[in-house]
Amino acid sequence: MSTTTEAATRGLVEIRGVSKSYSGHEVLHDVNLTVQPGEVVAILGPSGSGKSTLLRTINHLESVDAGWVTVDGQLIGYEQRGERLFELKEKEILTRRTQVGVVFQNFNLFPHLTAAENIAKAPVALKRVNKADGRELALGLLAKVGLSDKADAYPRQLSGGQQQRVAIARALALTPKVLLFDEPTSALDPELVGEVLDVIRDLAKLGTTLIIVTHETGFAREVADRIVFIDGGHVLEVGTPVQVFESPTQ
Amino acid sequence: MAGSLGFLLGTILALARLSKSPILNSVSWSFFWFFRSVPLLVQVLIWYNLGYLYPRLGFGIPFTDTYLVGFDTITLISQFAAAVLGLSLHQAAYSAEIIRGGILSVDQGQLEASAALGLPRHVRVLQIILPQAARSILPNAFNEIIGLLKGTSIVSVIALGELFYVAQVIYNRNQQVIPLLLVAVIWYIILTTVLSIGQFYVERHFARGAERVLPPTPLQAARRWISVQWARLDEPGTPTSAGLDAKSESFRL
Repeated sequence: MSTTTEAATRGLVEIRGVSKSYSGHEVLHDVNLTVQPGEVVAILGPSGSGKSTLLRTINHLESVDAGWVTVDGQLIGYEQRGERLFELKEKEILTRRTQVGVVFQNFNLFPHLTAAENIAKAPVALKRVNKADGRELALGLLAKVGLSDKADAYPRQLSGGQQQRVAIARALALTPKVLLFDEPTSALDPELVGEVLDVIRDLAKLGTTLIIVTHETGFAREVADRIVFIDGGHVLEVGTPVQVFESPTQ
Repeated sequence: MAGSLGFLLGTILALARLSKSPILNSVSWSFFWFFRSVPLLVQVLIWYNLGYLYPRLGFGIPFTDTYLVGFDTITLISQFAAAVLGLSLHQAAYSAEIIRGGILSVDQGQLEASAALGLPRHVRVLQIILPQAARSILPNAFNEIIGLLKGTSIVSVIALGELFYVAQVIYNRNQQVIPLLLVAVIWYIILTTVLSIGQFYVERHFARGAERVLPPTPLQAARRWISVQWARLDEPGTPTSAGLDAKSESFRL
């Protein structure tokens, strides 16, 4: 089974001139950002600064008013015909989305499925593997996040940290080129944060492109190659952790 | 039969109502606007008596009397068919709203997660959303089905031989009014009880994952009770762990 190796080499994300407003209120203003394959980028900023919205535009959970986002040169959610962009049919959006995995703040595991079923659901539904192989795949991924013994537990029988690790395994099951984390630890008790961060740290070493929205500045500093600081929908700072934290330009 | 037909149609209606397509949306809205407005009794009578309005139904050339395939309405819509039609359509309109309510009760995050995973639409609806919606749909749904069961007594007006009609026929003949009504009551109670037992197990099935420990089935409860009593006989005076576990495991409001 090829779970990570081939995906590890690619995953270039380009965000160009992305703007977005909700009923007149501008949440993102002309955001430009390039994330290199295998790079780990942490997006920091106060609540309501637009960082989660930016993350969600990357796999088209959120549409944009202007600008575009590509993963490996491929537009997500739109296609270009001449000078204009058109929103893709749902089916095509779904296929392109599988290149980008998402880990949510509230885990969003399917409560009526066991941990292993949660993980195997998408690969089996998309006919990448059959049911038996799906189970194998799920067990392998669970072992990776240190939850081999929880394959048949339902999400509600797991702690928050365990649920988030299952959610990470679920996102990995489609071997995405890019993995997005939307405040992966902010719904967790302080003592459970560590176990989730450990898993993310391991992923960072494997070479998948990671984009992490977080409040954990210490973690961002340690694990990220670059830090993006956003406020009021504007990108204020982009740079290595040392640059951003020790000699900010603003 | 009308129950399952009704709920099937109701599910389709509810999904149509929640879809983005304005056509599906308005078609399903008009459907249940109409069938919720017409009393069941009137509807059943109209279906049964449709033959007066259109003596023949079939496929043919419009605005002519030529039929490619044609049937006499009277033979096509028998008493039974009229009853099934009326009850199903009536039921569909009500169950559509129950199912829509259930779907709306599923957390938005579930939709986002399944969209982010690129799950095809039918998987999202049938395997992610509906099983979760089922938990809030079921209690109401069983209410409706039981209501429908008793609602069948209405179709006695078109002389269909259902329970209540048969009871009436017999007591008209032998004048044993109260005893025969009691017989009918007992039958209704038995049927409803069977449905209620079914409800318990169906709800229990869909509670998987929602409750940490499923409520014991009556059989399990009885076994546990017997084993507790048995243990008590062995060691009088000490509380047994089986009894304690049963209490501490499940959370009750």
